[in-house]
Amino acid sequence: MSGPGGCAGAAPEVVLEGPVGVGGAAVLSQAALRLPAGQWTCLLGASGVGKSTLLRRLAGLCDAIAPLGRLAAPPEGLEGRVAMMAQDDLLLPWLSAADNALLGARLRGARPDRARADAVLERVGLAEHAWKRPRQLSGGQRQRAALARTLMEDRPVILLDEPFAGLDAPTRARMQELTAGLLGDRTVLLVTHDPAEAARLGHRILLMAEGALEEIAAPAGPAPRPVDAPEVLAAQAELLRRLRAAA
Amino acid sequence: MSGWRSGLAAALVVVGIWQATVWILGMPGFILPGPAAVAVEMWHSRGIIAGHAWVTILEIAAGLALGSALGAGSAIGLAASPAARALVRPMMVFSQAIPVFALAPVLTLWFGFGPGSKIAMTVLVIYFPVTSSFFDALMRTNPDWLGLARVMGATPARILWRIRVPAALPGLATGLRLAAVYAPIGAIVGEWVGASKGLGYLMLLANGRAKTDLMFAAVIVLAVLALALYAAVGALSRRFLERHAT
Repeated sequence: MSGPGGCAGAAPEVVLEGPVGVGGAAVLSQAALRLPAGQWTCLLGASGVGKSTLLRRLAGLCDAIAPLGRLAAPPEGLEGRVAMMAQDDLLLPWLSAADNALLGARLRGARPDRARADAVLERVGLAEHAWKRPRQLSGGQRQRAALARTLMEDRPVILLDEPFAGLDAPTRARMQELTAGLLGDRTVLLVTHDPAEAARLGHRILLMAEGALEEIAAPAGPAPRPVDAPEVLAAQAELLRRLRAAA
Repeated sequence: MSGWRSGLAAALVVVGIWQATVWILGMPGFILPGPAAVAVEMWHSRGIIAGHAWVTILEIAAGLALGSALGAGSAIGLAASPAARALVRPMMVFSQAIPVFALAPVLTLWFGFGPGSKIAMTVLVIYFPVTSSFFDALMRTNPDWLGLARVMGATPARILWRIRVPAALPGLATGLRLAAVYAPIGAIVGEWVGASKGLGYLMLLANGRAKTDLMFAAVIVLAVLALALYAAVGALSRRFLERHAT
C-alpha cells in the first residue's frame, strides 16, 4: 500500500511511435515520443503545433478522429493507468474540494476513501478548504484541488497539459515545486509553452516544431530546480532562442 | 424592491386607462364593466370564485407535477440513449406541429369531464418545453469534463448521473419556469372544452349570461394565480441553483 502521495504500481516507460496526424496533417511525422519510466518529459512548442493532440492521444481521448500513432510501450496499454491535469482545473462547481478529489472513485462505483482524501488535501495544503466549493477558492487553490484529484487517482502515468499557465508568477512557482515533489516518481508528460517551466521541471526536454521532435539537454540537478540557478537561466534562454527560431 | 413597485405602478396605470375608457365611451356594464364594478362583483361572488379557483389550482398543480416528471424523465432517457434520440426526436418535432389545443375535445372524450382531461391537457402543453430545455442542457456538458471522466474509467451511466444531470439542472429550471407560464393556459383550455367546475368554466358561464363583470373577475383571479405560480417556481429554482452551484 502506498502513502497519500505515493503511487500504486511501478511507473512504466511510454513510447508512442509516429507518424501521428489529424485529418491528413502530420503532427509528428516519423519520430517516436518516448517518456522514460519515472521521469518528467517536458514537451515544449509554440501554440498549435499539436502538443495537446499528442497528450490527448496518450489519454485515449481521440475516438472522434482516427487512432493516431502506435503505442509501442507499455505492452499492456495505458487504459486505467493515466491521470490528467490541465490548465482548466475542471473542478465540478457543485462539489466541494474534497468531493471533487473523490470524483474518480464515485465515477468508478468504488467506495470513496474519505480518510485518504483528507490526507491528500493536507499534502497539497488545502486541509482547511476541503469543504469549500471551487467558486470560493482562489486560482492557485483550485489548481491544488485539481492536483489532489490527480493524486487520488493514483496512476503511474501523469499527463499535464499546461497546468500552471493560468496562475500568477509566485503561485505558479509554488505549484511547480509542489507538483514536482508529489509526482516525482511517476512517468510524466508535461506539455508547456513556457521555457522557464521546462528548464525547471524537465528530466528531458523535447522541442516540437513542424512535425519533428528535437531533444535539448536539460540542466543538471534534480527537479524542481531553483528558478534563479545560472544553469536553469541559461537553459531557459537557450530554449527561448530555439522556440523563436522554430516559429 | 423597485421591481415590485414598478409592477404596482403599471397595474395602477392600466386600471386608470380602463376606468377612463369606460367613462369616455359610456360603455354599458354588460359590454365593458369598470374596475370598480368588477371589484364589487369579485367581493360579492368571492365564495363561488374561490371554489372554482381551487379546482383550477389543483388541476394546474397536478398537471405541472406530472408533466415536469415526464418531461425530465424523457430528457434523461433521450440523453442516455442515441437510439432513443434517433427514434423519438422526429416524433417530438412532428408532435409540436399539431396544435395541442385542437386535441382538447378528444382529451375530454378519453378522460371525461372531470379533472382528468384538464390535467392531461396541462401535461401536453408543458411536456415539450420541459423536455427540450433539459435535454439541450444535458447535451451541452463541458466536453473536457466528459474526457476527464473517461480517463478516470467512468461508465456512461455514472457520467450521466454524476456529471451530466447535475450540470444540466439550470436548463431544467428554465424548462420549469416556462412550464409555470403554460400550465394555467392548458388547464383553462381544458375547462373551456367541457367542464362543470373551474375558472375556465366560470368564465364561459358568466359570459353566456352577460355577467361580464364576473367574467372579468375570474380572468383577474386567474392572472394573479398564474403570476404567483411563476414567481414561486422562479424563486424555488433560484434558491436551489444557488445552493447547487456556489
